[in-house]
Amino acid sequence: MLPCYGDALPLSLFLTFFYQKKTRCIMDRECSQLLPSVCAVLADSRQLVADDTFLEKFLDWFKTLTETESSLLLLQENPCLTELITCVLKLKDPSSSTLSFILRLTGIFAASESCFQYLQQRELLISLFGEVGPLSSALWEEASVRSGWVQGVHSMVQHQSALHFLCSCGAIDVIFTLQGDPSLFVASAANQLLVHVLTFSLQSFQTKPENIKDCDWPICAQKLIVHIEESLKSNSASRIKQSLKLLTSVFGCCHDLWTEVLWSRLSERIVYLLEEEPVHAGHSLVDLFLSMARSPVFSCPECSLWTSVTCALEHLNPAQVGRLAVGVLKLQECPQAVKIQALSVLLQPMDCVLKAASQPLEYPGLLNRSVNDSATVETLLSCRSSCASLLCQTLTHLEELQYLTCLPVDLPHIPLLQSVVTILQFCIGLATPASCLGNKISRILIGCFRVQRSALDILGALSHWESPSVFIGSVFDILLAYLKSPDTSPTVLKKSFQATLKWLVSLSEAPSSKDHWQQTEQFLRDLFLVLQKRLCSPYWEVRDSALEFLTLLVKHLREKEWFRQVLFSSEVPKLTEDLLEDPESYVRASAVTAMGQLSFLTHLISKKPGVENGNVKEKSIVAQLKEILSTDSEGFPRRAVISVFIDWLREGHPDVLKDTEQFVSSVLQAVNSDLDWEVKAGGLELAEVFSAQILGRLGLAACPYAAVLSSATRSTHLSESLQIFCQVKLFEFLFGALCDCDRPVAQKACDILIALKAELCDESSLKEGTSAGLSTEARGIAWLEETLRRWSSCAKPCPRGDADEAGSQDPNGVLLVLRTVDLEGLHRSLNRSSDHIEKSPQSLLQDILATVGTLEENEADCY
Amino acid sequence: MLDCGLDMTSTLNFLPLPLVQSPRLSKLPGWVLKDGNTFLDKTELLDLSTVDVILISNYHCMMALPYITEYTGFTGTVYATEPTVQIGRLLMEELVNFIERVPKAQSASLWKNKEVQRLLPAPLKDAVEVSTWRRCYTMPEVNSALSKIQLVGYSQKIELFGAVQVTPLSSGYALGSSNWIIQSHYEKVSYVSGSSLLTTHPQAMDQASLKNSDVLILTGLTQIPTANPDGMVGEFCSNLAMTVRNGGNVLVPCYPSGVIYDLLECLYQYIDSAGLSNVPFYFISPVANSSLEFSQIFAEWLCHNKQTKVYLPEPPFPHAELIQTNKLKHYPSIHGDFSNDFKQPCVVFTGHPSLRFGDVVHFMELWGKSSLNTVIFTEPDFSYLEALAPYQPLAMKCVYCPIDTRLNFIQVSKLLKEVQPLHVVCPEQYTQPPPTQSHRTDLMIDCQPPAMSYRRAEVLTLPFKRRYEKIEIMPELADSLVPLEIKPGISLATVSAVLHTKDNKHVLQPPPKPAQPPASKKRKRVSDDAPECKPLKPLLSGSIPMDQFVQTLEKHGFSDVKVEDTAKGHIVLLQEAETLIQIEEDSTHIICDNDETLRVKLRDLVLKFLQKF
Repeated sequence: MLPCYGDALPLSLFLTFFYQKKTRCIMDRECSQLLPSVCAVLADSRQLVADDTFLEKFLDWFKTLTETESSLLLLQENPCLTELITCVLKLKDPSSSTLSFILRLTGIFAASESCFQYLQQRELLISLFGEVGPLSSALWEEASVRSGWVQGVHSMVQHQSALHFLCSCGAIDVIFTLQGDPSLFVASAANQLLVHVLTFSLQSFQTKPENIKDCDWPICAQKLIVHIEESLKSNSASRIKQSLKLLTSVFGCCHDLWTEVLWSRLSERIVYLLEEEPVHAGHSLVDLFLSMARSPVFSCPECSLWTSVTCALEHLNPAQVGRLAVGVLKLQECPQAVKIQALSVLLQPMDCVLKAASQPLEYPGLLNRSVNDSATVETLLSCRSSCASLLCQTLTHLEELQYLTCLPVDLPHIPLLQSVVTILQFCIGLATPASCLGNKISRILIGCFRVQRSALDILGALSHWESPSVFIGSVFDILLAYLKSPDTSPTVLKKSFQATLKWLVSLSEAPSSKDHWQQTEQFLRDLFLVLQKRLCSPYWEVRDSALEFLTLLVKHLREKEWFRQVLFSSEVPKLTEDLLEDPESYVRASAVTAMGQLSFLTHLISKKPGVENGNVKEKSIVAQLKEILSTDSEGFPRRAVISVFIDWLREGHPDVLKDTEQFVSSVLQAVNSDLDWEVKAGGLELAEVFSAQILGRLGLAACPYAAVLSSATRSTHLSESLQIFCQVKLFEFLFGALCDCDRPVAQKACDILIALKAELCDESSLKEGTSAGLSTEARGIAWLEETLRRWSSCAKPCPRGDADEAGSQDPNGVLLVLRTVDLEGLHRSLNRSSDHIEKSPQSLLQDILATVGTLEENEADCY
Repeated sequence: MLDCGLDMTSTLNFLPLPLVQSPRLSKLPGWVLKDGNTFLDKTELLDLSTVDVILISNYHCMMALPYITEYTGFTGTVYATEPTVQIGRLLMEELVNFIERVPKAQSASLWKNKEVQRLLPAPLKDAVEVSTWRRCYTMPEVNSALSKIQLVGYSQKIELFGAVQVTPLSSGYALGSSNWIIQSHYEKVSYVSGSSLLTTHPQAMDQASLKNSDVLILTGLTQIPTANPDGMVGEFCSNLAMTVRNGGNVLVPCYPSGVIYDLLECLYQYIDSAGLSNVPFYFISPVANSSLEFSQIFAEWLCHNKQTKVYLPEPPFPHAELIQTNKLKHYPSIHGDFSNDFKQPCVVFTGHPSLRFGDVVHFMELWGKSSLNTVIFTEPDFSYLEALAPYQPLAMKCVYCPIDTRLNFIQVSKLLKEVQPLHVVCPEQYTQPPPTQSHRTDLMIDCQPPAMSYRRAEVLTLPFKRRYEKIEIMPELADSLVPLEIKPGISLATVSAVLHTKDNKHVLQPPPKPAQPPASKKRKRVSDDAPECKPLKPLLSGSIPMDQFVQTLEKHGFSDVKVEDTAKGHIVLLQEAETLIQIEEDSTHIICDNDETLRVKLRDLVLKFLQKF
């Protein structure tokens, strides 16, 4: 971060510039010198470390070190490290954090085979990871020690020697036990370690063996597979889940051919698990199948995996199987029959709901045949605890499918739309139940916000299908019911607005939009009546959602004449303008954004004769927004104003086009005194757009196809641009922002200045400048300092007359400043994070020593 | 008698009573009501003069009181809380004032003759029991009726003739609104009427005291179960703001107490944020001032938050501040000061919600023609379409935001789960979905066992029997008792006493001493004589061990003793003596042939095994 110097500019930063050397990941001399004392501190059991985060940083540093240089050399050059390990091992009562650290550190070193041998010779590895080590000590009770042990082993297993070591010292059995560790972190790490051991040991095993029993799998792998098989056969649900989790990770991360062999050995047992009543590890099985289905090894349609998946789709509980079904449908390579079945699984609850309502079914139901026993789904739907969650899951999964680029199976979207509408009707008591199940569903769903939200999400997603008028009518009806109902919760209302927007946008873009024109227009009229009321709601969330909806609606439909007609025949524009004075800042911000969009339309409307424009005072809107920018006490409305102004400038808003320079100048002036960094960043974006527009207008844009200008024309245009920039005080603003205490602001200002420098200070101008005697040498450093100081004071708000005087910039002076200041260096400095100095390993080592030093001092004080 | 509300829907059959002559109203065509009027007074079912006690649950449920106390020969007592009486008085006063200040030039009653009524246009010709329709009562009648009320406080126990004890409990619906517990020593009936679980201004509902009821009579649920009060208040505010922003006026027909306090509180929080600070709020009612002031002094009847404000000290309701800052102004009527201060656009709260009388009639006539204005109905008692009928065609916007804070069916099922009464008794309407929404099975009472329902004028036997009475024993009598422990923890004693019953209280007194020989020779007064006391035979308890009994018999010379087991006990057969002893659980019979000595001997042997007391 750049320091802020108040009035004085940090010239030293501009002119003289340190280049910090990049932090190198090697052990430098300073660190080597500090390391022995740090090791001594760590090995001293009396020196309790208050903050162990630096141990993590220490390990990270060694990890990077061992990646770039030889671990063995590191140990040999710094014998204090080996001594540290030995010392800690000898300690009678080491702290758990130190022991855990040593386990992990040793693991990092032992990852290199030579280093492994080095440590093995000193019997350090067996003392740490063997049965005699921490395993048998009382500290093993500490989860951090067990976790350190697992992580140490994990780091170490990078070569065959480590694998042999694991098998010979009995460590593998310890890992099996740790799979069921009470600490979830340890259990998960143990599981990951087993995955690593298995995949690493089979890495070389690429070819498919003829016979699984005769195959020559490494002992380690064989041991593991036997363990998995035994777990799967056990009656313990937790052991089964652990093994399924392990297999899920194995199939997920390794796509070698041996995984197929592994599956063929285990598939029978897994199918058996599926057929059990009830299925205990449903979720884990779903994870396993999904992980396998994504592996190219099993993509062949004849693979036995698909038989198991089919079996899972049939046997698993509908509440569990949805995830599998949607996962299968997302796959590229999957037998069509399985996909059809998966879709049926998802559609079944919807089918049940549709049948439970008494609507005369003009279309057949959702399913030609039932996959599962529909009784199970019906039981789940008629129970208060499961109904809402099953429906929410199903709706979310079906919504996911809507966003797939190509759906592999035919989705019966009309009946699906009907069932979604039925669910929404049930939720507000509008559906008439036709059966006992319907009655139960109705009682459960009335007022259920969760289901309402999910159903509205998918309703919106279904808008991209072409639907017949009658169904569009029912969608409009249900949307209006939700938008109108005073009982609709603010979050549901927001979803209703989102769904409404999607339908209106889809209908306006559909080729058959003219067919639905009348229907849509009537809906819009009703919608605006509701919107008026919502804009007056006593709840700010509701007013805010209504404004956001209006903004998006105008943005998407403003080209449509029918939309504009309905909009301006309503009270909505006037009420929106009123909300610019709302007491809630979020609402004011949304009102600003909405007015930003509406004001594009008011121009279009006012151009037309006969259309009354009494509702919106379009002349004053710029003034109103500028007033908010300079006076509003909250950041949100000011940020909203600046982004509206950026849009206006980009899109050529008529009010801006009248006098762009004056507009930009006044906005930059207001932004300059703003304390909110986001407003400033917005102001910089505005400046960027403006400068690009000016340069582009004069043919100076970096467009590859633009006609090349002659150097004389170019020079004229350049000086014209420069003149305009000086008039709007662009450089005062940019250099002011460059010294801003918020780094993003300074960075952005720097980027813009570099871009401008590239355009304005090209070689030719440089020559001209030099020839005119405009060099720093000629004017002197004092001049530069004075200029920058003057600009800085000018950028701040001051009485009118003074500002004019101070702002009268000399274009040549600007060019000179741009050339002189080391913007590129500044850019590099700004890109560096603020703690780059504190991050160095040397600083870390010093910190460790300093912490211990204070502890010692405190200890002395105590005596 | 539980409550005496007044069904005022029959007023919808009449034309509004305008404050000034309205040629429009006098030329109105006929209007057909959708539902017939059913003000049914089933007096033949019950002679109201025999009613001893009336329990009032809230001020809306006492509007018919003068008709009962002043016209039926009623001599009993009415129990109600203080706010109920005070606000009830205001409602009655407002009603009487509204009616009396526009006296009709003539009144007709001949049309009520059935022969004439038959010839009248619909709906009048279809109205039932029009002969029972009454003129509005007068202020002296109101005062007389209210003088018969005895004030009670929450949780106060009131003895009714020694037969039952009644206790009012807070019901959370309105200031001073109560549920009642009616209990004897062994039975408890709860009367839950007009209760609310929402946090509005009144003290929260006391649910705990309703537990362990044998019967819970449930009535006064929300009239609009589909309208959630929170949503409706939001709707109210939105419509109000929208109208005022567009330059229109808002009319809120309402009662002078109740929901209006909550609405004013909401508006207090909302007006600044909605930019309505400069819009005047007018509250026009002959009792407006009293209502606003009464609400501030009933601190002990308010919800906890408002009670704590009183100790600060601050007025519990923010309408005090609205009045202070001149945002809310109140007037007894539209005449006088109001006409000087009146500014538009404005918001007017005034009665009566039926739109048939009161100042609201004037505003309907005044503002009905402009589409800028809005009338917002918040009281659920009247169908707003019927209330508006005589004002049609109407340009002003009409919004229906019924705010009924009383229990809805979800809350009822929660309450019943919590309170767990053995039986629930409720009106029939609550046991089936509303007729207009027959698919909404969630809009009915769902409890186990199913609720017992009753219809109008139906006589229902409550599902419990009185099995026990509590009897007190006088101390001197208690002193004389000698309990004998027959089982650990169970002692018995015989009591000879005189049972004295008065006012449904039963007392055991010591029996009178044996009559002294008359001191004088006056004639004995038979009637005053205490009952004659014969010496009592001791009571026996215990069982006879058969083996030992047989041994004893044998010891006493009965040789051929045979014992037979029967279903109820044993038969001991003394063949030689031709005697049978039949021993059963609660009786022993010695059957011998006219040998009294033998019987006495055997009896004494049996008695040896039994305890006497």
